[in-house]
Amino acid sequence: MKHFFEDIPVEFLWLFGSLMGLLAIASTIAAVLARRPADEKTTASRANLVERINAWWIMVAILAAAFLTGPTMTLVLFALASFFALREFITLTPSRAGDRLPLFLSFFVIIPAQYTLIGTAQYGLFAIFIPVYAFLLLPSIAAMRSDVEDFLSRSAKQQWGLMVTVYCLSHAPALLMLPLPQARNALLLFYLLLVVQMSDVMQYVFGKLFGKTKIAPLVSPSKTVEGFVGGGLAATVIGGAMWWITPFTPLQSAAISAIIVIMGFLGGLTLSAVKRSLGAKDWGVMIEGHGGMLDRTDSICFAAPVFFHVVRWFYT
Amino acid sequence: MRPSSVLLVGIVKLLVGAYARWVGSAPGPAQRIYFANHTSHIDTLAIWSSLPRDLRRGTRPIAARDYWGKGFRKYLATKGFGAVLIDRARENPQSDPLDPLRTSLREGDSLIIFPEGTRGSTAVPAAFRSGLFRLASEFPTVELIPVYLDNLHRSLPKGALLPVPVVCTVRFGAPLARIADEAKEEFLARARDAVIALGRLA
Repeated sequence: MKHFFEDIPVEFLWLFGSLMGLLAIASTIAAVLARRPADEKTTASRANLVERINAWWIMVAILAAAFLTGPTMTLVLFALASFFALREFITLTPSRAGDRLPLFLSFFVIIPAQYTLIGTAQYGLFAIFIPVYAFLLLPSIAAMRSDVEDFLSRSAKQQWGLMVTVYCLSHAPALLMLPLPQARNALLLFYLLLVVQMSDVMQYVFGKLFGKTKIAPLVSPSKTVEGFVGGGLAATVIGGAMWWITPFTPLQSAAISAIIVIMGFLGGLTLSAVKRSLGAKDWGVMIEGHGGMLDRTDSICFAAPVFFHVVRWFYT
Repeated sequence: MRPSSVLLVGIVKLLVGAYARWVGSAPGPAQRIYFANHTSHIDTLAIWSSLPRDLRRGTRPIAARDYWGKGFRKYLATKGFGAVLIDRARENPQSDPLDPLRTSLREGDSLIIFPEGTRGSTAVPAAFRSGLFRLASEFPTVELIPVYLDNLHRSLPKGALLPVPVVCTVRFGAPLARIADEAKEEFLARARDAVIALGRLA
């Protein structure tokens, strides 16, 4: 897969340059705001803002390092993200003694195997490894312990965890193995992450400014119709304007961004419902201000597989 | 920090997170005895890894010589996390197993101890043994900090060989109050209740 990174496109440097510039501006504004006097609530939301910006800095730094050092680093990075996300999921999922071996295998065999399949560009096995083999074999191993207490519920929850945190998430770096006419796969991965993150941020901003009508108050109190429509449209426009780093035309790029936005929104909503049914508000404490690894990647988990297959179907 | 310590802390954080939650006390240079519930072989390392780096140097976990005293484990325990080895099996009936602990306390170190003496298999700790009481009365100025390890029994419980990565928190409570002339049993029950109370905070 070396050729994907042999020529780091000039667009890529522009992108990272402007992203760092934006973050620098955001950090400066936050620093200026912090000097002004404020009541307790404002101080808290300013602290939240600073934490969010700092987490973005860290994400951009890690991504830049991964992109510049090559696909292996990118895969290792996403494998670690899967590891931490699955760790959060399993922490909130009840398990019994018989689940120990399947869980151990999920972390230390299935995650490395899934990402190795991407690294060696074996699309066929990559696409069925977890839905077929992990789905059939892991519960079989648990069944050998002949403990039927909550058996279906336990294995279903663990399979959900694997599907979302490993199978779905791995479709983002899997973009690197697509045989695109011009080998600019890294930019496509960047495009996906950018649209998903922009959508999250814009929905947060629009929600704070205009949010009134809650979409599913019991699942996710911060999601509003105004935030989703405003933020989603903004992210679609931004994504459309980024067509020049992709194989898409401007219109196609906007349509594909809209798909990413919708899937990302559904990911956030659905995983929030999963989380709440497991009795937690945040998935973990991995990234300051962002709740946890799964809170940060929930949109990507849902957007990545659909984006991957759209690109694979229409552009390869 | 030695490279072996950095590596150990890294592995522990990868496996169980070991996130510190300070409720009722804050990390600081005061000499302390941290006492915690004991459900897993990673317990010692989890508490030690959750401490801020500058406190780790002066904080020494207690480890059983019969398990940690030989070969690679001994290397890990003494070079990796500076453990004080304790003779749980009492091979020499004349010596007091607490003596190495007294020596480190006199040298100004903080200690991590597990008053149950052995690993349990439940979330609620078993009865505490008397060592904590004796150390507390001999060193009246040392702060006694209750610690509750949440979830570690899910990662590597007694009898299990393979660790499962699970996010674990290490909750540090308020220093145990000193009550003059308190009987041993009452003191130990109070100490145990302090750990259990932290466990209910989840």
